[in-house]
Amino acid sequence: MSTPTRTPEAAAASAPLRTGRRPLPRWFTAAVFGALTVIAVVLGRVTDLDVVALVLLVAVVGTIVVVSVTRAVEDGRKATDQFVTFLVYGAFLLAMVPLVSLVSTVLSKGLARLDGEFFNSSMVGIVGPGGGAYHAIIGTLIITAITALLSVPIGLMTAIYLVEYGRGRLKQAITFFVDVMTGIPSIVAGLFAYALFVIFFGPGVRMGFAGAIALSVLMIPVVVRSSEEVLKLVPNELREASYALGVPKWRTIVKVVVPTAIAGLGTAVTLAIARVIGETAPLLVTVGITNATNTDPFNGRMATLPVYAYYQLTQPGVPPQYGIDRAWTAALILIVIVLVLNLIARLISRFFAPKTGR
Amino acid sequence: MAKRIDVSDLNIYYGNFRAVQDVNVSIEPRTITALIGPSGCGKSTFLRSLNRMHEVIPRARVEGKVVMDGQDLYAADSDPVQVRRQIGMVFQRPNPFPTMSISDNVAAGVRLNSKRMKKSDLDDLVERSLRGANLWDEVKDRLGRPGAGLSGGQQQRLCIARAIAVEPDVLLMDEPCSALDPISTLAIEDLMNELKERFTIVIVTHNMQQAARVSEYTGFFNLNGVGQPGRLIEFNPTEKIFSNPEQKATEDYISGRFG
Repeated sequence: MSTPTRTPEAAAASAPLRTGRRPLPRWFTAAVFGALTVIAVVLGRVTDLDVVALVLLVAVVGTIVVVSVTRAVEDGRKATDQFVTFLVYGAFLLAMVPLVSLVSTVLSKGLARLDGEFFNSSMVGIVGPGGGAYHAIIGTLIITAITALLSVPIGLMTAIYLVEYGRGRLKQAITFFVDVMTGIPSIVAGLFAYALFVIFFGPGVRMGFAGAIALSVLMIPVVVRSSEEVLKLVPNELREASYALGVPKWRTIVKVVVPTAIAGLGTAVTLAIARVIGETAPLLVTVGITNATNTDPFNGRMATLPVYAYYQLTQPGVPPQYGIDRAWTAALILIVIVLVLNLIARLISRFFAPKTGR
Repeated sequence: MAKRIDVSDLNIYYGNFRAVQDVNVSIEPRTITALIGPSGCGKSTFLRSLNRMHEVIPRARVEGKVVMDGQDLYAADSDPVQVRRQIGMVFQRPNPFPTMSISDNVAAGVRLNSKRMKKSDLDDLVERSLRGANLWDEVKDRLGRPGAGLSGGQQQRLCIARAIAVEPDVLLMDEPCSALDPISTLAIEDLMNELKERFTIVIVTHNMQQAARVSEYTGFFNLNGVGQPGRLIEFNPTEKIFSNPEQKATEDYISGRFG
């Protein structure tokens, strides 16, 4: 008989499917950490241990208890799994701490001045209470809009060149320099724009357009990199389908490639805007600050939200509290703007994504 | 409309690598010509060189002559875009444009070339092409829906409708049924039989039964070994190829005694 038959010995030698040990109930982990939290709260009341120490205590003791009980009741593999799971959760929570702390701090300190006056008035003639950031919000919007108008066409066209046309040395060189540009410190971009404008307007020049140039130096590489990735995702089959219909290459790009990638491109541009809208250093050098509303980017200083926050914090006046409150509120508005831009990016990618329509 | 294609001494390269060597063949109008052969033997490369799609790939080039009714497709003053308007192509995987509706997909060839056309003419064109591709009855109620929502076989017929909407003289098909089930395959084979009244069709297929069922002429491509260029071993009427091939290699391949 050549057909292998399963003997009782062979069956016993392979690992049994049933361990005979019942797994821990699902609520066990939650129960351990719940109990430890209660103990920690009580400890916090009784002793003067601070919050960080208590949280660490709960995390470490809870992990040890759950892992060792799992090892005893179930087996080593399950215990290792449990341990790594805790590590991953721990890393995630640790990464969330700064974010949550930042948002809650800005919210608690910024809400004080989040009133109508803040959006309605500039800082002209304000000493002490009151005043607002109307001029800074307008300035930020104008400068960011000019930056986007300069950077988006240049960035998009560069990305299209790199993906659709670029070959050999020139493509490599452009990719290399875009990467280098991505790493330029923002103050260097500011100094570059300042030096450039000094050539034409003499030393001490300050204007919104110079700030937009500085921000463009920072924004263009971001737009190029992210839209390049998006354009690469467009399947080559679509380009070939279009060529095979006798459609010229440029029209294929305009009518097939870009529309297919429009969701990703919109997201890329929005996120790039969010990236530069909070830049402070280049604007400090090129645009400066002013108390009055200036809507002409080609003439004189303008206020912008990050620079406004910087000056309100560093030169708050006497008494300082009013200036510091205004700085926090400006920071809050900046965060909200960035948040809204991120939301817009999400909406763009949802609404413009190619539909299957099943 | 259908035109004949004469290929002489065609060599096809990817960079320095010669993928296809010395092909000489005449493709008759109003017939279906099938190209068979093992993977990597250059059938698809040869097919793509017939409408200058080969040169879309970086560093790919072609030597030799491809003449369609007296015009050399590779003449110095020949425009690849014009060539592709006369020689349409259907690909292995259905590739409708995901941003366009069913009717926009069919009209894509006209629309993307921004020919001015009245709305009613365009609607006629869409209906005519979809009827030509045997798809009209299935999609006539949802022409505005995205083309990507159709089934695989329907998408492939949509791509055929798109290709015939620009009224080419020749239709190239690169394994059009390899991603489809037998029923969709049958639908497309029936369609090819209708289309050959109006077009010259060249089809690459891995399915020898399909070549035997649909084609009048069959070409067998083969290569001597890995790294060697592919060659057209035999080109004959399909009946002869499948019953009494001239070459030993053809017989081996068709009867499954290969390699």
